Amino acid sequence: MDLQTLTYIVVGLSFVLYIGIAIWSKASSTGEFYVAGKGVPPLANGMATAADWMSAASFISMAGLIAFLGYGGSVYLMGWTGGYVLLAMLLAPYLRKYGKFTVPEFIGDRYYSRTARLVAVVCLIFISFTYVAGQMRGVGIVFSRFLEVELLTGLIIGMGIVFIYAVLGGMKGITYTQVAQYCVLILAYTVPAVFIAMQLTGSPIPQVAFGSTVGGSDTFLLDKLDQIVQDLGFTQYTAAYPEGGKSMIDMFCITLALMVGTAGLPHVIVRFFTVPRVRDARASAGWALLFIALLYTVAPAVGSMARYNLTTTVQTGEIGSPDGNLLYAERPDWMERWEATGLLSFEDKNGDGRIQYYNDNNPAFQEQASEWGWQGNELSVDRDIMVLANPEIAGLPNWVIALVAAGGIAAALSTAAGLLLVISSGISHDLLKGAVTPGISEKSELMAGRIAVAVAILIAGYLGYNPPGFVAQVVAFAFGLAASSLFPVILMGIFSKKINREGAIAGMLTGLAFTMGYIILYKGVFIEPVIDNVPENWLFGISPEGIGAVGMVLNFIVATLISKITAAPPDHIQHMVEDIRTPRVTTAAE
Amino acid sequence: MSDNSENGGAAYWKANVTLIAVSLVIWFVVSYGFGILLVEPLNAIEFGGFKLGFWFAQQGAIYVFLILIAVYAIRMNALDRKHGVDEQ
Repeated sequence: MDLQTLTYIVVGLSFVLYIGIAIWSKASSTGEFYVAGKGVPPLANGMATAADWMSAASFISMAGLIAFLGYGGSVYLMGWTGGYVLLAMLLAPYLRKYGKFTVPEFIGDRYYSRTARLVAVVCLIFISFTYVAGQMRGVGIVFSRFLEVELLTGLIIGMGIVFIYAVLGGMKGITYTQVAQYCVLILAYTVPAVFIAMQLTGSPIPQVAFGSTVGGSDTFLLDKLDQIVQDLGFTQYTAAYPEGGKSMIDMFCITLALMVGTAGLPHVIVRFFTVPRVRDARASAGWALLFIALLYTVAPAVGSMARYNLTTTVQTGEIGSPDGNLLYAERPDWMERWEATGLLSFEDKNGDGRIQYYNDNNPAFQEQASEWGWQGNELSVDRDIMVLANPEIAGLPNWVIALVAAGGIAAALSTAAGLLLVISSGISHDLLKGAVTPGISEKSELMAGRIAVAVAILIAGYLGYNPPGFVAQVVAFAFGLAASSLFPVILMGIFSKKINREGAIAGMLTGLAFTMGYIILYKGVFIEPVIDNVPENWLFGISPEGIGAVGMVLNFIVATLISKITAAPPDHIQHMVEDIRTPRVTTAAE
Repeated sequence: MSDNSENGGAAYWKANVTLIAVSLVIWFVVSYGFGILLVEPLNAIEFGGFKLGFWFAQQGAIYVFLILIAVYAIRMNALDRKHGVDEQ
């Protein structure tokens, strides 16, 4: 059977599975629609959270990003896992005890203020929409790449699938579909990684393999990789803080902004509203991180092995010797196949029919290279190829390639669905029921929720097809805003009884304005950048990706100061705080 | 930490906050400490094919995060029972 047919069959089967689950788990109340009736077992919720969390970018792009950044890529590995420790200890159990439906609802109740709730909804909608636009784009790209359909067709198919299970099943449908999607995506990610690890080092465990010796020799993979990339003029793979790389303070702040941002993202927090008990919220944060770690500890192994494979495929012999480089005519099949997609391209600058792949931005090395007759780097490689081409590089059968396609689609769909649901609950529950028409019946609210999902899908699809200039910058935006606006006020709402309405609103607005302002200034979202986005211009050397960490600190400081000079929260709020801190409130008789 | 049952709330909360504080110190040390601030000195130490600082940044910190959540969840269940605030 040819690859194309097989891919259609595997992806088609996965869709049948998702839709089947959606029909089985149709939501019949707002409780089921928003929080799956609070009946999701912790292990299943952990799996759903992991699928929700790991987007198309995690699946397709992250390993490639690490492959080219080396040590610098660690910010994503630590940043996108460490937030779960904060969730498990600082937020999830207490928000579950609070026991209502949405994050803005908590902020509104705790700070006894409709304004606070509205500010939170605005943050939530902005964060989630920027994020979901990127996901829909991912859905379209995966479809068009693997199924060879137009981007628009791919986007419409993806929107249709999400539409069916998000509108019908609400949180309940999404949760159980995500469990299935997790299984598909983790299988698709780890199978090729295991085979590549085995071929390269003889060890089947990728996490061990990239610390092992390369087949047949007694040299360690990472040492050999450091050596060969350095010999080609790049910085060493494992070296910390190389010239032109990220500085220590920037690594620190980016990691912090990503961790805190993770814990402040509404579509992640709301997952912990769906479990039956407080203790399940803690356990399910642990399960979620376990399932996420399965991918996140394999990704750096894939990154280093892929970089090694790519480099040694091209540099077949001694660097600088006339026949040390791969003849273009003898390139392997996978290179030929991916050239057709434009993800890989070759330009024979010196006309010797061989591929030279090296760092021509390194002046000292370029001088040396010129003596060998190298006239510039001839191979350009898109980072996504590091995951997409893995099965072919490892020479795996076609069904594995088909599985990777299904995995990429699963990763994009599951994240998009989770985001769309929090947008819809923000609109139907926080805006409509919370502010516009408080008297709305449960049935009408449920209908409003469904309509809101449908409309959100259309807008997300439109943004995915016509991405505004800023889609590429959204990661910095979504995480920075979540870190600097929502996380601090939720945390203070639980751990302090003194922070009041005025403090919370001022804190959120300060964090939001500072972070948004800084990112716009350097990255020019909506407008042209005002200042060149280079390290010399940054405040304390912190890049826009990391500035959310500073915004968060400002939020804490402003909220504390303002709360000190204004009236303390009323008694019933202080009791509410005591109540959410305890899983079961003991009776006076005890 | 005491058998202060009529005031279970305050003692329970204090024990919880202490546990969180200890956990977050470890959380900080393995990621920001070993993985970022001290990565260069630690990279001088090699174990297997890994430089230690690099390993913490790309593997070790994640494993420690997992252990921290597991220990916290288990300890809190015990704490809930001790203070009589566990869910049935």
